[in-house]
Amino acid sequence: MPEPTRSDLVERVGAIARDVAAAAADDVDAAARFPIETFDALRAAGLLSVLLPESLGGEGATLADVAPAVTELGRACASSGMVYAMHLIQLACLTRHASSPALATFARRVADEQLLLASATTEAGVGGDVRTSLCAVTTEDDRYRLEKQASVISYGEQADAVFTTARRTPDSPASDQVLVVCTDPGLSLEANGDWDTLGFRGTCSLGFLLVSTGDAELVFEAPYSDISSHTMLPTSHLLWTSVWLGIATEATDRARRFVQAAARKTPGVTPPSALRLAELVAVLQQLTELVGGGLRRYGEIADDPDATSSMGFAVAMNTLKVTAALLVVEIVGKALLICGIAGYRQGSPFSMGRLLRDAYGAAVMVNNDRINANSAQLLLIQREL
Amino acid sequence: MSSTEEGIRSVLAEHARLPVDVATLGVEDDLYQAGMTSHASVNVMLALEDLFDIEFPDAKLRKKTFESIAAIQEVLDELGASAPADG
Repeated sequence: MPEPTRSDLVERVGAIARDVAAAAADDVDAAARFPIETFDALRAAGLLSVLLPESLGGEGATLADVAPAVTELGRACASSGMVYAMHLIQLACLTRHASSPALATFARRVADEQLLLASATTEAGVGGDVRTSLCAVTTEDDRYRLEKQASVISYGEQADAVFTTARRTPDSPASDQVLVVCTDPGLSLEANGDWDTLGFRGTCSLGFLLVSTGDAELVFEAPYSDISSHTMLPTSHLLWTSVWLGIATEATDRARRFVQAAARKTPGVTPPSALRLAELVAVLQQLTELVGGGLRRYGEIADDPDATSSMGFAVAMNTLKVTAALLVVEIVGKALLICGIAGYRQGSPFSMGRLLRDAYGAAVMVNNDRINANSAQLLLIQREL
Repeated sequence: MSSTEEGIRSVLAEHARLPVDVATLGVEDDLYQAGMTSHASVNVMLALEDLFDIEFPDAKLRKKTFESIAAIQEVLDELGASAPADG
């Protein structure tokens, strides 16, 4: 049998999406539980290290390789898709910015043990501004220590490591942040609050008190501001929107099947819903091209830290996120109207309930208003639009 | 100190919202590490444009253009900015 390659990532993840994630999606949603079976399958297939270079045990896949795979998973189970996307975002940061021997050793562990990576960028007391930290790293005898009241760590209870932002030192200003790999041995997480939400219920995004110690070289050398503009922010927006594209694609496909079933009953007469389907497909195409365009734009400059720090690029990535978050709700809403009561009903092949609830999370979980406010400020000075 | 540098320092003092006194910063000191947020950096850019009567072209609207007093001075020189008359 030939070795699996990164070019068949869509097929490999797609098979797990169809065979495993889709079957569990309704139960994950109903119970607001982590989609453990999806991640057992991804682990078994070695799909948690795909972005790492082959020299560190990965497959050297690019963002453009993984994004369509994330869309496939998002179609089957949006919570699984979001968790896989968030894992890949941390993995992308590790792939590009791991400069110390300790981080390289950790990267090899991710590949060998198929570790699941989570993120703790938000903090109680800073009002959701991820570019500001209260907590700080202290370093003594080549060991770091960090304590953070993380307002949200998605799948924190299931993660094997948490990439955490903090001030560089206790004397550093709030904006001088670093990114720290927090993992066993030395990581303790104490959950607080619950996660009983409208959608993305399987992401289990609880708050945590995080306390971590470890090798001081597990603190990334590059400032978090550079990691953010170069990798974390564009990768986040591109992979989240890839998940939402999956939700939109699934809703549209359900509407297609509904219209075509009606057409088969009345050959020669175009069902009225077919016109609505044409309108729906036009909006889906906008979203598909928006995400594809964003991936191409980032692909062209992904290895150029100066270009990724430009305002024009930041505005483009912000706009991608807020636009996609609105389009996914519009698309699922249109699909619901096409399917009518069959879409409104739970448990039918055309049900839109879970898809619609997940779709609304796109604009809420990272708030569109916050992102638009950032763009608005950048647009006070940017020239070419 | 050149009047351009004085102008830059006055803009930073008013708009960079640094937790340290701008007078204590060396020209090569990293302003972001000194606590300038990306939000504050936009206000710095706007105030520089007003004070020196220039427009930063898009190609200069990136992080490293504004990372130190020296870097700002370099780009102002490049744009042919004249030092403000009243300093």
